[in-house]
Amino acid sequence: MSMMTRPTDDATSWEGQVEELRGLVSDRALTGETILLNMGPHHPSTHGVLRVLLELDGEEIVTCLPDVGYLHTGIEKNIESKTYEKGVTLTDRIDYLAPMSNNTAFSMAIEKLAGLEVPERAQVIRVICLELTRLNSHLVWLGTHALDLGAMSVFLYAFREREVILDMFEMLSGQRMMTSYIRPGGLWRDIVPEFLPALENFLSYFPRKVDDYEGLLTNNPIFIDRTQGIGVVEPEDALAWGMSGPCLRGSGVNWDIRKAMPYMGYEQYDFDVPLGEHGDVYDRYMVRMEEMRQSVRIIQQAIKKLEKAPGGFRADNRKFVPPPRAELGRSMEAVIHHFKLWTEGFSLPDEEVYVGIESPRGEIGCYLHGTGGNKPRRVRFKTPSFMHISSLGLVSQGHMIADLVAIIGSVDIVLGDSDR
Amino acid sequence: MGVVGSKLGNLGVVTTTLETAVNWGRTGAMWPLLFGLACCAIEMMSTQASNYDLSRFGMELNRASPRQSDLMIVAGRVTRKMAPVVRQLYDQMASPRYVISMGDCASCGGVYNNYAIVQGVDEIIPVDVYVAGCPPRPEQLIHGIITLHEKVKGERFADWLTEEA
Repeated sequence: MSMMTRPTDDATSWEGQVEELRGLVSDRALTGETILLNMGPHHPSTHGVLRVLLELDGEEIVTCLPDVGYLHTGIEKNIESKTYEKGVTLTDRIDYLAPMSNNTAFSMAIEKLAGLEVPERAQVIRVICLELTRLNSHLVWLGTHALDLGAMSVFLYAFREREVILDMFEMLSGQRMMTSYIRPGGLWRDIVPEFLPALENFLSYFPRKVDDYEGLLTNNPIFIDRTQGIGVVEPEDALAWGMSGPCLRGSGVNWDIRKAMPYMGYEQYDFDVPLGEHGDVYDRYMVRMEEMRQSVRIIQQAIKKLEKAPGGFRADNRKFVPPPRAELGRSMEAVIHHFKLWTEGFSLPDEEVYVGIESPRGEIGCYLHGTGGNKPRRVRFKTPSFMHISSLGLVSQGHMIADLVAIIGSVDIVLGDSDR
Repeated sequence: MGVVGSKLGNLGVVTTTLETAVNWGRTGAMWPLLFGLACCAIEMMSTQASNYDLSRFGMELNRASPRQSDLMIVAGRVTRKMAPVVRQLYDQMASPRYVISMGDCASCGGVYNNYAIVQGVDEIIPVDVYVAGCPPRPEQLIHGIITLHEKVKGERFADWLTEEA
């Protein structure tokens, strides 16, 4: 649905007042020289419910004003009324293409506030899950981005491989998407025996599939025409607008939190951070494709580490982590701990922390302020999609309206991530 | 023997009611509105993609325009800011039109009993089938679609007349 509005004296043509837009759009829009076009919130290529108000000179974008909030869910406020353990399930639904990344950011903030050590085995499994999440998210991005640019078959191939990842998530957690598998102190449970064979099988053929996707797009003249030189972001602009993740690296800025501020033992893994040169849609595409290959490398190293990694799948501190099921029948203390944790939850001090990790989209950060009690005073997620949407105006300026579709796809926004 | 006779062979004459024939036709090519809100929309995409292949039910063709679609799958949480848009899209769909409320959030608000979320999309538009789950698996959505087909097959002339145009 797109509704064209022309600033006229007729107030019925638009529910708002054109005067409200003075200063936001150029003066040419107020005289009617350029047109205002509403795109979204229901539009097939805005990846959800993004609304942009476009000022167009012919087909050329003069101003692009993004309007977010159509998916504002109040998740941060909801977490304030829940105990910390229950908050994890809500974090799944922030960036719904990367639930494990959100779980990890939230859990790491709690662990930092509580001073909780995560055993190495749990860390290695977390790394496997985080990288699988990256593959999962990039596959959805690849499919929808290609679909927006008219390449339907890539979508079908990408979702075929994504189903295999979702099956593995289901083995781990019982759920395909909203896994809540990563919990404060470690994981919900240990990996199941059939997980590793399935993972190794997947890794054995997935790099070839990435080559297949590239075969369909990388040298495709239509794809190149629609992506090269489109939506160029200069490195200084990218930093100034707070971009992160593949969008920042597509502009050639070497910033990956996994390398810059390692967490979960990422410093022990050998992987490259792909960088773009031109900062256009094509470079962001190339960066993400290479990231998929690097994720496979990381997972392969993690599988090797897993055999030797000491510790259990979660911490032993009974004040924060429930006791194993088997202990409940033997130990009165375990029963008390279990009861306390599932009725009252654990308490965190009245202090504040911030933890940032590298999600598939960029830096997802969790700011957490405890109260001394069992519920947080304030939780805030700093999410990459919000930053990327706010930069749309800059990135799309001077481009055609069809290029905006390519640009929105290439910055890989998730509205749940932006609006929360 | 005419052309029809040569094709049908000895089948003879098939008689049915207009209701049955029309309802059968409506279930065979029900075009959903390309409309996703949140997490459930990703599962809806999975349902349409390779593994679950919604085109088996004649539903591979998502229409981006509500004017061209018969079925609205409300996939995800409906916020108060989005609610007028959802209603407008429904109003723009031509009759006969059907609504599947996919997932807990669209059906009843789900885990979000708060200021931002409409506590069930049935507060703003009539819903034919509710699909539970957070998000529902593709199989669950397909089950919901088949349930809707069964409902459509049972429709009567009288319902068509009383339905708002």
